[in-house]
Amino acid sequence: MNMDLMINLMPASAEIFLLCMVCVILIADLLINQQGRMLTYMLAQLTLLGCSVITVGTHEPGVVFAFNNLFVDDLMSDVLKLLTYLAVSMMLVYSRQYLMVRNLFSGEFIVLTLFATLGMMVMISANHFLSLYLGLEILSLSMYAMVALQRDSAVATEAAMKYFVLGALASGLLLYGMSMLYGATGSLELGVISNAIQYGVADKNLMVFGLVFIVSGLAFKLGVVPFHMWVPDVYHGAPTAMTMLIGSAPKLAAFAFATRILVEGLQPLVEHWSGMLIILSLASMAIGNLAAIAQTNIKRMFAYSTIAHMGFLLLGLLSGGVEGYGSAMFYAVVYVLMSLGGFGMIMLLSREGFEADTLNDFKGLNQRSPWLAFMMLLLMFSMAGVPPTVGFYAKFSVLNAVVQAGYLWLAVAAVLFSLIGAFYYLRIVKLMYFDAPESHAPISCSQDSALLISLNGVGVLALGLLPGALMSICAVSVQQSLLLF
Amino acid sequence: MTVFGLPILSVAIWLPIVFGLLVLATGDDKNAPLARILALIGSVLGFLVTIPLYTRFAVDTSEMQFVEMHDWIARFNIHYHLGVDGISVLFIILTAFFTPIVVIAGWQVIEKRVAQYMAAFLIMSGIMVGVFAALDAVLFYVFWEAMLIPMFLIIGVWGGPNRVYAAVKFFLYTLLGSLLMLVALIYLYNQTGGSFSILDFHQVEIPMTAQMLIFGAFFFAFAVKVPMFPVHTWLPDAHVEAPTGGSVILAAIMLKVGAYGFLRFSMPIAPDASHHLAGLMIALSLIAVIYIGLVALTQTDMKKLVAYSSISHMGFVTLGFFIFNAYGIEGALLQMISHGFISGALFLCIGVLYDRVHSRNISDYGGVANTMPVFAAFFMLFAMANSGLPGTSGFVGEFMVILGAVKVNFWYAFAAALTLIFGAAYTLWMYKRVIFGAVANSHVAELTDLSSREKLMFAVLAIAVLVMGLYPLPFSEIMHVSVNELLVHVARSKLPL
Repeated sequence: MNMDLMINLMPASAEIFLLCMVCVILIADLLINQQGRMLTYMLAQLTLLGCSVITVGTHEPGVVFAFNNLFVDDLMSDVLKLLTYLAVSMMLVYSRQYLMVRNLFSGEFIVLTLFATLGMMVMISANHFLSLYLGLEILSLSMYAMVALQRDSAVATEAAMKYFVLGALASGLLLYGMSMLYGATGSLELGVISNAIQYGVADKNLMVFGLVFIVSGLAFKLGVVPFHMWVPDVYHGAPTAMTMLIGSAPKLAAFAFATRILVEGLQPLVEHWSGMLIILSLASMAIGNLAAIAQTNIKRMFAYSTIAHMGFLLLGLLSGGVEGYGSAMFYAVVYVLMSLGGFGMIMLLSREGFEADTLNDFKGLNQRSPWLAFMMLLLMFSMAGVPPTVGFYAKFSVLNAVVQAGYLWLAVAAVLFSLIGAFYYLRIVKLMYFDAPESHAPISCSQDSALLISLNGVGVLALGLLPGALMSICAVSVQQSLLLF
Repeated sequence: MTVFGLPILSVAIWLPIVFGLLVLATGDDKNAPLARILALIGSVLGFLVTIPLYTRFAVDTSEMQFVEMHDWIARFNIHYHLGVDGISVLFIILTAFFTPIVVIAGWQVIEKRVAQYMAAFLIMSGIMVGVFAALDAVLFYVFWEAMLIPMFLIIGVWGGPNRVYAAVKFFLYTLLGSLLMLVALIYLYNQTGGSFSILDFHQVEIPMTAQMLIFGAFFFAFAVKVPMFPVHTWLPDAHVEAPTGGSVILAAIMLKVGAYGFLRFSMPIAPDASHHLAGLMIALSLIAVIYIGLVALTQTDMKKLVAYSSISHMGFVTLGFFIFNAYGIEGALLQMISHGFISGALFLCIGVLYDRVHSRNISDYGGVANTMPVFAAFFMLFAMANSGLPGTSGFVGEFMVILGAVKVNFWYAFAAALTLIFGAAYTLWMYKRVIFGAVANSHVAELTDLSSREKLMFAVLAIAVLVMGLYPLPFSEIMHVSVNELLVHVARSKLPL
């Protein structure tokens, strides 16, 4: 009995550790005042560090199931979790000073961030509709609250409201779809569902009906057209630190969530969902890129650019195989790195009582700080997919998968949309380098976030010069975890 | 292959880039003198290291030489694969040759953000050498696209009043072509069974429809860069707004990259499509030669005039390629090099005038010979060379292309030969209006003749133009074997049986 428990607990030890630490931090935070809040912050960082150590330490080759197949521990989940810790930790560093000057640097912020992290981890490791849904809701509920954390801001409250209502609707759609599949197959476990469909015991019509709802729910959560309406408002309304959290690490979890459901669970229905993904992806790239051009607020612009990027990511998913899923994972990782840098830069340039969130705030950055401008230049060219930055290889590997899957026309459409996308990234570079600054206020960023943005920007370049290792990690982990050959 | 124990091509690529980063590190304009000197050292060293490429080049083989090959991205079988043959080696040297010239040209003129200016040119120099040296398609693509970034900044930061429009137009135009090429490269990767080596691309069999599509994708990428009619409209804008150094590099090197792409990719990878579409390509080339020549005649802005003249001369180059004989291709290659020298020199001449008077309008000048006799002499030489005077480098390439064209069709040659008339007309008419006559206004009266810095750069270019015009053998013998091999390759059908 005891052995059984241990076998079940070991794969989930990182989650358990995180949960315990969140409770500790929650209580510890009650006992300290605002001056001592650094302690909470440091504890959170240490927790993430501890989680990484545990994740690495408990790694076992192959695929390990636990808790009656509710939970799975494989290479893909471990890699994605490690990257999630990294992304959350970077987000905390970027946002510390930003939140401090706005009186938002509270215990709730940190606790909610860690709860959101827990939700992502559960999503990444889920092997069952119940655990998938559980993870998704832990993440979503934490984030609704975080968006609303700035209580005196009308935009933030509105954004939180929208996020909550639409998020709840999406969860409803997902649940409805899951119930259909349960009705058709008699199970909520992904592997069992997959077998049931494959060996033809389930009613196909019912399942395709359920699939439509599942794909819609997924599309809501990923924020792809036509389920994207919440994205710009939430990105714009939320305090930038929260926007950064929404726009970064959860994309990794969303990737895992989508692959687990579509590939591990519904692979036999691939002919049905890949067609749906083609439409979603084309519409996202088109509307995301076109609408981004019209924005004057950089957070809104990034929101539309996220929509376009998620459309590109779907291209990888629908291409299938190690190439397709591996490239989609690589794309997600690269996207998270770039989006952290992009939002990080907005927070670096903001100061007390001033948000650097319009495009004009980037005017003449090269004259105010050549180094920061150069970092932003790298990030923007990377988002546009121009070599030698890593964004190029993300696009490259997805395009390669698309061409291999035989969708040549889709590849051509994708590159044409990225040409449109290049325009608005280029505009940021133009504002920074070609225009005169509107304000000469000194940039007062903390040392740690300045160092981090440098690492982030240089990382985008360095990974662009030597992308091989990260690409292989993604491909290998997808191959071993999804049992593709 | 290494020279003195150094991988010479890698050094030629990375040395300017490293110096560029060093220059960038000198910071703001307080350290401008240091930035200038570092840039000069870097660019001269960058040129010197390319000299062994010429002296140690084996002219009797079409094999790739100075080859370097390392694993780069193992997952996609992508290699850091460099090498040169008779077609590419001269362009590497040409690129490295022009970098010190633009550094010198911008020595005093550029006053704001000197370090960034110099660094942009050094980094771009390394990248362009990389484009010519890359034998792996992805490596080529990375260099090819990376080239856009410094040029975009050069035009946008140091350019003229309408610089933003020109810079964005330049970037998006060229990006459109490149992205389609990327899809073609990925398609070829899958056709070869997983290799990105350009040499493997040359061998793979491709059905006709696919060849046409590939040719089309490459055409978009390369024709925009050359630029060929009708996708040339970005060039006059970019040239007019770019600072002098930017125009020089654009005309002398960047346009050649597009033409080089036709020889390295389009023709050997899709030979059947190339033959099939040769008529169209020749027609577009002749339109460029004649129509753009006439457009040049009507220009009132000197830079625009030379820009249109560039398009017209590049029409000769593409004409030479697509008549598929040795005269044509060798003539076109010589024309590319010669046009590099001449157009670079002409843009420098205009830059010299612009620095003093701050106008590019022909009507603002007149009688410059009275105040700047030395300048007038140099300008005369380059103007004559641009109109294809025998004895200058401009003559050799055009003559060979016309000879090659006569073999194919007399009327091709006839139409192409018209350029000798138009070229002379627009160049010399501009020269006459600017240089001769009475002193037009007080600005011209106050002009000072060339400084020794300017004399130095013009003298170097004048020597190059004359040497190449009088004794072209050292240039042509290097490319001879490679061109013949290319022609043999292109003559073979690659359609699957």
